[in-house]
Order: sequence, then C-alpha cells, then structure tokens
Amino acid sequence: MTPAARPALYSDTIRERWRRPRFRGELAGATGVAEDVNPLCGDRVRMMVRVDDGSIAAARFAGDSCAICTASADVVAELVEGRAAPAAAALGAEDVLAVLQADIRPSRLRCLTLPISVLQQALGR
Amino acid sequence: MRLDEQTRRDFPILERIVNGHPLVYLDSAASSQKPRTVIEAMSQYYARSHANVHRSIHTLGEEATELYEAARDRVHRFIGAASREEVVFTRGTTDGINLLAEALGRTLGPGDEILITELEHHSNIVPWQMAARDRGAIVRAVPLTREGLLDLDAVDRLLGPRTRVFAFAHVSNVLGTITPVARLAERARRAGAVTVVDGAQAAPHLPLDMSALQCDFYVFSAHKMLGPTGIGVLWGRRAALEALEPARGGGEMIKEVWIDRARWNDLPWRFEPGTPPIAEAVGLMAAVEYLEKLGMEQVAEHERTLARQTVEQLGAIPGVTVFGPPATVERGAVVAFGVEGLHPHDVAALLDEQGIAVRAGHHCAQPLMRWCGVVGTARASFSVYSSPEEVSLLSHAVASLRSHL
Repeated sequence: MTPAARPALYSDTIRERWRRPRFRGELAGATGVAEDVNPLCGDRVRMMVRVDDGSIAAARFAGDSCAICTASADVVAELVEGRAAPAAAALGAEDVLAVLQADIRPSRLRCLTLPISVLQQALGR
Repeated sequence: MRLDEQTRRDFPILERIVNGHPLVYLDSAASSQKPRTVIEAMSQYYARSHANVHRSIHTLGEEATELYEAARDRVHRFIGAASREEVVFTRGTTDGINLLAEALGRTLGPGDEILITELEHHSNIVPWQMAARDRGAIVRAVPLTREGLLDLDAVDRLLGPRTRVFAFAHVSNVLGTITPVARLAERARRAGAVTVVDGAQAAPHLPLDMSALQCDFYVFSAHKMLGPTGIGVLWGRRAALEALEPARGGGEMIKEVWIDRARWNDLPWRFEPGTPPIAEAVGLMAAVEYLEKLGMEQVAEHERTLARQTVEQLGAIPGVTVFGPPATVERGAVVAFGVEGLHPHDVAALLDEQGIAVRAGHHCAQPLMRWCGVVGTARASFSVYSSPEEVSLLSHAVASLRSHL
C-alpha cells in the first residue's frame, strides 16, 4: 500500500469555489426552488432557478455544506445558466468533475451529486 | 505501564500506514479495532468447530453449542446479570432496541407515551416512533441543560401516568454525557414505566453491574467493545423478559409448533429465532476476556484521562468549539468538536490526509445536532489502545487546519 502519487484531496478549483463561491445567494423571481439534505452528513442545499422562455436565465444556491458540496453547487449554477431546461436537467456528475478537476473518493461522491439532484427537483424533474 | 502501552501490540491494524502516516485511529465509538485474540478465536472456531448450534447431535454441533453458550456465561458475569437466562444475543444495539420496540409496542394503546431524550442516537428514536405510529402512542423527549446534561426536573414532569416506556442512552455518542441510569430507572419505576437503556457507548468503557443499574432492559453491541460486528446483547431483568411476548418467530424460539399455534421456548432462546451469530459470539467472548484481563476500572480511567486531555487541548485552540459537558464533568470516551469556518466533513478529510481517523457528520443524532445548533461535528473517540500521543497529534493537526482550506 503506497501512498505515493496521491492527488491532493481538494483541487485548487474546489478551494477557490469554496472560499469565494460566485453563485451563492438568493434569487429574486425564482420559478423553481428545491432543497434537500445529504443523509450521510445532514448537509443542506437549496437550488433556485429562474426559467425564462424555456431556458435558465439565472441560477443560485444556498445552504450549509462542505467544501465539495459547496463547490459543486457553485459549478452547477454556473453551468446551467443560459442552458435550455432539459439540457440543464441532464447535467451529470462528470460535467461537474470536469470543472472541479478533482478526484472525489466514493465516500464523498454524494457531496458532489447532491446539488445536481436538487437542481433536477427545482426544474420539476 | 499505561494501558495503551500494554495493549497496542495486540491490535494488528494499528501497524497500518495511512496516507503516508502511521494510523491514528480516533473513531472507536463508531467501531473499535480488534485484538489478535478475537480475530484468532473466530478463525479457530471456523477452522475447527463450526456447525449449527442446539440441534446438531454430533461432535461439531456440540462444540459449537458449548462455545456459544459459554459466551453467554461470560457476558452474564461481565455485566453482573442475575442469571444467564437474562442474556439474549441480538445482531447489535439497533437490533436489540428494535426487538424491544416491536415487543413493547404491541402493548401500547392510543395516547400512551414513550419517553426518550434529546441526546439519543437515531436507533433509540426511530424504532419508538414506529412503535408509537402503529399504536397511536406519542413520543416525548427529555430536554438537555445548557451543559448538555439531562434536565432531571423535566424528567419528573414528563414521566406521567401515560408513560409506558422510558428509553435513554447511558452515554451520549456525541456529547459523552453520562446519564444517571439508576436514578432515572427508579423514577421510571415509580411512574410505572419500563426502562430501556442504550448502552452502546457505555459497555466498552465503563464497569457494568446490571443489579446496580436497576433498569429493565440494557442493550449493547460487540463491535464497539473490541468484538466482532453482527452480534449484540439484550439484557433484561428476568421478570421483564418473562412479561415480554416475543415479536419475532422462527426456529429455536419454540418448544412445540402446530399449524395454528406454537409454544415458546424458555429464556433466553425465546428471543433468539433462527441460526444465531455463532462465530461472533465466540469473538465477543474473547473480547470480554481481553477487557476483563485489563480491568474495566483501568479502562474507564485510561479513557477518562484521554477525554479530559482532548477537551483541554482542543478547547485551547482559537476557533475550535468543544461540545458537551465541561472538562470538570465526567464524560464518556468521546469528544465532539467544530472548527470555525470549516465543515466537519472537511475537517475529517483533512485529518485523514495525516493518517488521523475521526468521525464527522451528524453521528446519527440529528435532534441533538439541532440542539447544538450545527449541521454536524467532528468527533474523536477512544479505546484501550488510544494514547496521549495520539491526542497531541490530533490537537496539533486541528490547530493547523484552518490554513489548509
């Protein structure tokens, strides 16, 4: 069992997004809002979207969560803004991982996927 | 010699290197590690003696039965039970509480009350909610004082004529609070309620004497006390067990069966349907032998010292909050803490990078987390092999955490 060449636990992107999330905050005139918890840890994330003419005009998140979950919510909000609602709902973990440039261990994968499933609920999927 | 110096060599897993660092295992409250004697006893059992128990009239069956029942005798003495018939093997603490909730639940009527406390583990909350839901009964909870102790005045207020069951933890798995079992049991008895004590965090750490505790039922798991997963103990005062109608049926728990009815077996087998966890009982027996050799008074003293050192060292770090009773109040072998600006999961993940294993999250105690005003906490917990050096490593690592993220 060699510990060598193990990637850093949190990528620079995760650290940066956690410290200074760009899409955290309330969303006036939201057309879809959903909130859920991660049963593993009790983390809570709320995703808010304003759908205008079938596409997402704005997305924001709020909640109390760990670095991975917060970074993921921030990336999810950024990725879906401007997308058509069905395309936004089809967003997957791999899309978020590609931005975060991180190797998430299986025990933390739920932290990453929670914002994605909450977004789908906010879009009524 | 300190207890950890006596014991560490007996635990093969403690030789592991994790993420380039020697393992610092501070998650024994979730599950303890196992000494070689436990691992070998189970392996020997499977290699030499395994067969089904009780109904096999051949040499191996008799050996397996002898070992399984010898484990019961060992547990009976370890916990100061009045007789071996009072010791029922279950699958663990959760299983024991569910067994009781199912059986006691059947005796409840609409408006009857089940009293729990705000510091319970989910496994001592949800089974009672289910029992109450099925019978139209009500679950109430004893609140905590600001220090994280049970509010004893509230206990008297809440124990009423409709209270049928009072279920509470002996030691909180988060705050480490030790509850006054005998006093609570006495008050419950006066109110006519049956007491169920969750001893999951007590049995591995404190000397136990059922006759002194005076409760009706006491449940715990082997895997938190150096034994294997998959087995636990439900102790019941004989009269309390005899009054309990079994809620689970199958082989072994019966004397005679007809198509339309059955006659129950004697205690304790009445509550052990199906093939029991035999190898696990053998492992539990070895774990109890190991603990008895150390002496539970010594175990308790060792872990008290570690908990106090942890509370003092972590409490002195700026930005760190330690939850639970102050250092002057005796607590169990757990210390929950938070680091300002850091989520507990990130605390645990960053500590793991240095080979330090702590638990993080809600610890299956969400009502208690709400009381603490947090989503979750990190938690360090100890066992016989935990050392003061490990406490220092934890404190140093925690002190430098905030620069990491």
